[in-house]
This record gives sequence, C-alpha cells and structure tokens, in this order.
Amino acid sequence: MSLLEIDDLRVAFPSPNGPVNAVNGVSLEVDSGRTLAILGESGSGKSVTAQAVMGILDVPPATVSGSVRLQGRELLNLPRKQRERISGEEIGMVFQDAMAALNPVFTIGHQIMEVLRVRRGMSRADARRRAIELVDRVRIPAARDRLRDYPHQFSGGMRQRIMIALAISLEPDLLIADEPTTALDVTVQAQVMELLAEIQRDSGMGLLLITHDLGVVAEVADEVAVMYAGRIVERGTVEQIFAGPAHPYTEGLLASMPRVDRRDEQLYAIPGAPPNPARLPTGCPFHLRCPRATDECLVTLPPLHALPADRASACHHHEEVLGATQR
Amino acid sequence: MPPSDDVVLRVENLVKHFPVKGRIPFVSGGVVKAVDGVSFDLRRGETLGVVGESGCGKSTLARMLVGLEQPTSGAVRFGKSVVHQAKGRELRALRRRIQIVLQDPYTSLNPRRTIREILLQPFEIHPDVLDRRRRVERIKELLDLVGLDASLHLDRYPHQFSGGQRQRIGIARALALNPDVIVCDEPVSALDVSVQAQVVNLLERLQDELGVAYVFIAHDLSVVRHISDRVAVMYLGKLVETGPEIDLYDSPRHPYTSALLSAVPVPDPAGRRQRQRILLAGDPPSPVNPPSGCRFRTRCWQATDTCATTEPPLATGAHPVACHYPLAA
Repeated sequence: MSLLEIDDLRVAFPSPNGPVNAVNGVSLEVDSGRTLAILGESGSGKSVTAQAVMGILDVPPATVSGSVRLQGRELLNLPRKQRERISGEEIGMVFQDAMAALNPVFTIGHQIMEVLRVRRGMSRADARRRAIELVDRVRIPAARDRLRDYPHQFSGGMRQRIMIALAISLEPDLLIADEPTTALDVTVQAQVMELLAEIQRDSGMGLLLITHDLGVVAEVADEVAVMYAGRIVERGTVEQIFAGPAHPYTEGLLASMPRVDRRDEQLYAIPGAPPNPARLPTGCPFHLRCPRATDECLVTLPPLHALPADRASACHHHEEVLGATQR
Repeated sequence: MPPSDDVVLRVENLVKHFPVKGRIPFVSGGVVKAVDGVSFDLRRGETLGVVGESGCGKSTLARMLVGLEQPTSGAVRFGKSVVHQAKGRELRALRRRIQIVLQDPYTSLNPRRTIREILLQPFEIHPDVLDRRRRVERIKELLDLVGLDASLHLDRYPHQFSGGQRQRIGIARALALNPDVIVCDEPVSALDVSVQAQVVNLLERLQDELGVAYVFIAHDLSVVRHISDRVAVMYLGKLVETGPEIDLYDSPRHPYTSALLSAVPVPDPAGRRQRQRILLAGDPPSPVNPPSGCRFRTRCWQATDTCATTEPPLATGAHPVACHYPLAA
C-alpha cells in the first residue's frame, strides 16, 4: 500500500457553457520518503489535482469523483470535520504565494503557535518552544526574535521557509508543494529546494511536487507524472523520462527548453498553445500540436498504456516515440 | 570618444536613484540606488542579455533605455542624440528607433482596441513614416512576420488571444516603425514552457531578417544563454561581469555569476548527484543601503577586508569583471 493512492480522479467546474473538466481520470501513487512531481503547463489540471487531494476545493460548485486514499483510508467520502482534521494534520501544504497563504495581521509566531495549540493542545510555553525549533529548522536566523515579526517583514524566500515550517509543524506524512519556488529568484530557489529535500530525507515524508519547471523536476523528483489537458500523458522515473520520453508532449517539452550548461542552435517549439479545458479537441487532446499525429489520434482517445519497466504513456504511437528518443 | 560605426546604443555611467519617503515628514528617507553606474555598448544587430535577480535594477535600466524613465545622471546615446536630452522632432525620431517589448502581454495591450487599432497607432503617432493608404497593408505584413494570420486576427480584441499570441502582437507593434533597437524586458517569462520556445525562435528569426539589435533582459539564465551574443550580469544596480555568451557561461569570473549559474536547475537527472552547487546565503541586500565596497561581499565566500573598503571597478576588455579576486577564467 502506498502512502497516497489516487484512482480515476475527476474534477469538473460548472460554467455557463457547460462543465469544465479540469481533471479527467488521474491515477497515481506517492510512497513514503519519495518525491513524485506532477509536471504540467497552465490549465493542465496539476494544481486542481493537488487541491482535490488537500480537500480545499469548494464542493459544490466543483464536483469531485474517484478515489483518494491516504494510508489506505478513503478521503473523498469522509464527513467534512474528519476530512479537515486529516488534511490539517496528516497533509502539509506549501503554496506558491506565501504572502497570500500567511495571515498578514498576525505575527508568524502567533500563526505557528496557534496550529500547535489547537491541533496538539500544547500549552503556550510548549508551543512557543516548538515554534522556535521549527523556525530554526527552516534555517531562519535568530528564530526566537523573529517569531514576533509579521509576514511582510520577511523576504520572499524567508516567507516560503515560514510556510514550510507551518506545513511540517504537525509532522505530516505527506507534503504537497504547489509551485513552491516559482516566485523566487534562482539563488533563493536553490536554497528552498535544498531545504525541502533535506526535511524530506530526515522525516521520511512523501512529497507531491506540483511544478511547470523541468529543471526543478530533474533536480528533486524520483518519479514524474506529466499532465496535459487534465490527464496523465506519461509516467515514469525521472531518469526514464529525461533519458527517453515515451510521449510526444514530453519529447517536445524537453526539446523546447534552453539549457544553461550548453548552447543549442535552434530550439524545438511545440506549435500552438495548450488547449482550453472547456473546449478540448476530440481524440487525443495533444493531436493538434503533435508532429506524430495520425488519423487514429483525431478520433480515439489513447488510454495510458503500461510500458515495460513500470512506466506508462498515453500515446497511440508510444513505441515509435520510445524508438526515436532512446539512445 | 564618439560611438564607433557599429555601436547603435551607447550607455554611459547611467544612474537612477529613487527617493524614499522617510518616517518623519520632510526628512528624506534616503534613496533607492536602483541603477548605480551602468555602462555598455550595444552593437548593430547583436543581442545583449542582461541577467540579475529581482531588485537588481534591470527593469529600471530597460525603462531608461527607451526614455520612459529620466536618469539621475549618465547618458544613453543613440547616434548623435542623447535619449534624455532630445526634444520635439529629435525625440520623436528617437522613439521610432528604440522600441520596447514588455513582460506581461495581458496588460501591455489596450483591452478596448482591436489588433488593427493597436497596430495602426504607431503610424498615427508618426504619420510621416508611411502613407495612410499603405498602412493596413503594412500591418498585415507585420502580423504575417510574427506568425499570425491577418485575415483571422485583425479585428479581434486582445482577450481573444492566448498569451503567446499576445506577445507576438506586442512584438509586431514594436517592429512597426522599423526600429534599430528593441529592449525586451522579460518577454517570455509569463509564457508556458511550450510557448516560450516559439517566441524565442521568433525573436531570433526577426533579428536574422531585419538586423535589429536586442537588449534582452531576463532572470532566466537558460533563455538568456540561448538568445544572447553577449551577456551582462547585474547585482544591486551595477554590472559585475560582462562578456561573450560562451566565455561568461563556461568560465564565469565573478563569484556571483558563478553562484547564479550553479543555482540554475539543469534538466538532467543523471548528473544531479555529481553537480557542485554554490549555495549563496540569504537574499540580496536592500538597494537603499547597499554594502560598502563590493556590493556582493555580504554573500561572497571569498570576501576579504579589501572588499569591504574598496569598490572593485568593472575593468575594460572583452570579458571584464568587477571583483578584487576574480575566478580563474
């Protein structure tokens, strides 16, 4: 049994023009001590998938179906109170925008201590001691003094650390990080990713990392799920995916990314733009942008084919892609 | 020294200080030294990349280059003109020659105007460039040049386009008056990865066809490496290192450049265990009160007492560096 098991997750939002299917049958697993990265562009459904796991979607209006199990326990049909307790205590969350995620009118000490006092029933003194430990753990200098500061008194990187301190305050089994370093400068991004990896190593949490950044994925992920138009189009270990992608979308993404360690003469550009989730094309949602598309792709939605070595690709021509990308 | 023939834009010791409101009324709170003495030459048809972290002054620099911001001191020279002293006819001529493409294609196009109106506007401001009857033909050419279909797109509004398409429209507008220089301020950072490559390729193709020079300002070091001929690294309002793309990336001489490059994630999981990463401590200091001497010394692992007292100048040459102890090239 994996720590987190998602089975055929579907999320739809109503709109005046009919439902917008943001997530269309996503299945994946995260093991303790491992990092699964969900890689996707805007509108791919990666953040909505994470929000469905965290239980922070507004239902209704959104509709959620399928199964989300944390340590074997189904979360989707739990009563609200219980769901909130599990989301709060067993799943830690880190978001892109720390300024929006932290309460601007309370000191960070207050915010961390509140969690500990409400959820753990700690005394004021114990909660303070633990809050200092946590702030120290995320490498913020002068932790004791900085508990008295408000979120706006910290830099972007420091606020991200505080959010990590809050996320790990109840020692969750699973940490979900949605674009945790996207708003940060590269030097600060490197610090924060290093910190997340170190905390994960020490605590053995499972990490579900949501990102659009291929570089970040290559640096920290163990497994990768590539999402496009609400579906997983490719799944495998990070080595498999970067050494020889099995889906034309992944293949295109890798070829379109300039690299800092060498100069390529010409970048491959995937034509067109990601589809609008409200108006998905027929057949394979990638066929309009795909150089390998055939008539079959226009009409038949490819299932996620299981491939050797425990990987998967939702492409009718996965053998051809693998043949071309594996050296 | 007058600018030589192949230099289109010469930036001389450019400075921009913004006053800060103090806590006490009528008492100055000091100044933000956003740009603090930047000099470089831009040659005809080349791409100069400018990289740096948020707050290093790169956007203020961009705004000064096109005359949107008045510098505190220093000069931007284009041919015989000085951008910030020009008036009247001379200024209008300058504005035709130096254009800008902004980061956010969602806010840099007027939402209430069609693409036709947006693209005709440069010709209304500069009516002598092109006869009225030939303008629509010209904007169709422009759309074609940036890969949009004029017959489909001319009478639509910006909200009907995707981010990548809007950036193409912004580029078409910048090209309308045949400029010599386009300043691109983070032109691809709001775009999805798959679309980013399209716009980068477009900019490269346009340069090959039209010979326009770019100042390409971005925080993404990979994109800058790809597109630039030469690169300048900025830290707290100053250039710390400039050089040809290959020299600067493959043998950085300033510790900051080296740290910046090593922090960029590389999409190659096979090498991640071996990679040596220089982790800089902390964030860049505030530009209101930058450190004495070398501004990078508070985060530098090889700083000495000299660095605290003497500011290292940016030497001259092909690959100059502003450091007392440059790394071996």
